[in-house]
Amino acid sequence: MNISLFITCFNDTLYPETGKAVVSILERLGHTVHFPLEQTCCGQMHYNTGYHEEINPLVERFADQFESAEAVVSPSASCVGMIHEFYPKLAALSGSKVLQDRIDALIPKVHEFTMFLVNELKVEDVGAYYPHRVTYHSTCHSLRSLKIGDAPLRLLRNVKGIDLVDLPGALECCGFGGTFALKNADTSAAMLGDKIRHIKNTGAEVCTSADNSCLMHIGGALNRQRSGVKTVHMAEILNTTEEGAQV
Amino acid sequence: MKKGSQPTFEETAGTYIENAQLRRNIGHATKTIRDKRQLVVQELDDWEELREAGRQIKQKVMNNLDRYLLQLEKSVSKAGGVVHWAADAEDANRIITNLIKEKKGTDVVKVKSITTDEIRLNQALENEGIHALETDLAELIVQLAGDEPSHILVPAIHKNRAEIRELFKSKLNLKELSDEPADLAEAARLYLRKNFLKAKVGISGGNFAVAETGTVAVVESEGNGRMCTTLPDTLITVLGIEKIVPEWKDIEVFMQLLPRSSTAERMNPYNTFWTGTTEGDGPQKFHLVLLDNGRTNVLDDETGRQTLHCIRCSACLNVCPVYERTGGHAYHSVYPGPIGAILTPQLRGLDDRSAASLPYASSLCGACYEVCPVKINIPEVLLHLRNKVVLHQKKEGGFRQKTDPVHLAMKFLARAFSKRSRYERLQKMGRAGQWFYKKDGTISKLPGQLSKWTAIRDVKPVPEKTFREWWRDRK
Ligand code: SF4
Repeated sequence: MNISLFITCFNDTLYPETGKAVVSILERLGHTVHFPLEQTCCGQMHYNTGYHEEINPLVERFADQFESAEAVVSPSASCVGMIHEFYPKLAALSGSKVLQDRIDALIPKVHEFTMFLVNELKVEDVGAYYPHRVTYHSTCHSLRSLKIGDAPLRLLRNVKGIDLVDLPGALECCGFGGTFALKNADTSAAMLGDKIRHIKNTGAEVCTSADNSCLMHIGGALNRQRSGVKTVHMAEILNTTEEGAQV
Repeated sequence: MKKGSQPTFEETAGTYIENAQLRRNIGHATKTIRDKRQLVVQELDDWEELREAGRQIKQKVMNNLDRYLLQLEKSVSKAGGVVHWAADAEDANRIITNLIKEKKGTDVVKVKSITTDEIRLNQALENEGIHALETDLAELIVQLAGDEPSHILVPAIHKNRAEIRELFKSKLNLKELSDEPADLAEAARLYLRKNFLKAKVGISGGNFAVAETGTVAVVESEGNGRMCTTLPDTLITVLGIEKIVPEWKDIEVFMQLLPRSSTAERMNPYNTFWTGTTEGDGPQKFHLVLLDNGRTNVLDDETGRQTLHCIRCSACLNVCPVYERTGGHAYHSVYPGPIGAILTPQLRGLDDRSAASLPYASSLCGACYEVCPVKINIPEVLLHLRNKVVLHQKKEGGFRQKTDPVHLAMKFLARAFSKRSRYERLQKMGRAGQWFYKKDGTISKLPGQLSKWTAIRDVKPVPEKTFREWWRDRK
């Protein structure tokens, strides 16, 4: 299959390793990956902060870059959620019927990476080997906006050598919420504090999820506390085999 | 209320978060009820269908509110009641005060009602020399303590029983009192009983009003509501105009949705329904005050309108990770939690800076939407209101808004993201500019707004190569 990667601005700039892992896994499974270089950002931060008018050009831009793709895959649950939930609204806001139709046609082809593997490619075992104690944080957007279900866990359960432990309070938000972490810093800190306590209690060395944004939030605090727990995106775990990371 | 006289959410949330006792009380109470709710909801196979039915009924009401309101007025009048229309709080308080004065009453008994809290009825009555006694246990606790409610259903959720015991001992003049819930309830019961028998006027809110029949319903757990609505000679009920359901048979849907979502019970212990007046039985005078107080403005907004579907079950509060940590007082409104975050700014308007801060008091986790029995898409309304706040600021904000760092950053980034060359330049700038902050491979201190992030979190530096640079090199 010809798969177009929507890396997201955040992963492109801060977490290139995640993108490389996605490319490597998809290629290992026999697919061709394309990366339209004109892509930038989905506009989620703007949208969530209330700046809706500003990002209309980004909706059109996204359509320009990806509408010819066979499938669009992204390793960010929140950005895919943004596209699925709010792009139709933004397209409507623009008043252009043409853009609305383009977005409506494109959306069913846009997939979150782990859901794409499990639901579209029907792959649950990607041949990974990861001999570490790992706990999985189901991010709010993957859980409630995308309805990711147990796709990430199915993939993780098939990883050889992994010691997968449940995270208590797994359904609770980590307190990131984009600009919420700055605007309501006290509340965000209180939520994050509880999440960190739960993670440490599992005794895991690695906390993973399908979204680097929550992981940046959680990992930032784990690092500050010199906790010895690191955060790793799912794709990077799935891309580690007995021969090491496959980039 | 003076516009902007109260603090914003973010200004005081920290104070409440630091209060260890409060945090424990609320954390414990919300978790208990949240778990219980989950169990009773799971029992019903058709829960999702019920939610959808609830949503559809409410939507029908909102689309035809004018018609249903007139129908309700007719039905209530036919059954012997009198309907009053109140455009705002002042209107409602004046109507109610006059009705009580006509009866020459100085003491009234009240059923817990957030709508009367919204219009600050007790205060208005006190100014006229009328004492309104709260008869719901939790509301009584709040009243005796001179406190403000912090939860829709359990106004005293922020207090534990040791604190309540101390309060009762001093305010009810009791020498001996244990902190057992049964003893605390008994103390309140004895205190309330004589007042029930004495009062000539009862005041209540209402959960539902049926347009078809004129029936009003109060659903409760303690039985005090039943006393207030049956013992006094005159009953005054204050109802937000959105509380209507079209037909009697619609009640069936809500009587399943409400108790399971609110107190996590299959049915409430006391469900009182009355239709106008009945000679020789119950109140001989019934007044229904229908309150607007900003609601028609909410109705006007296509996305915001669903806020009026709310049946005040409080399920969204109990699952909200923000509410769980700050409690209700941080919202500076009688409507706290997720529903408060969308209802308060719509009722009070965005000139009120406290109210305008509420749509931001959410991490957008979506837990509220998942439990809401009438499927109010709270995150959607939050985002819609954030947009309205931004548009409002742009229009009214003047110079301060134009130089606001968040506003400037958003403008700058939107421009950068709209063109590949600008975006790639920004990536390079980030990488080059971080040397100043980077120490031992991590960033622990950033300036300005971003210092709030680095107060408790490190930042991962921008790596040597972006993904796109790697991709280009690889090909
Ligand atoms: S918004 Fe929904 S969940 Fe919240 S109180 Fe209202 S009905 Fe209940």
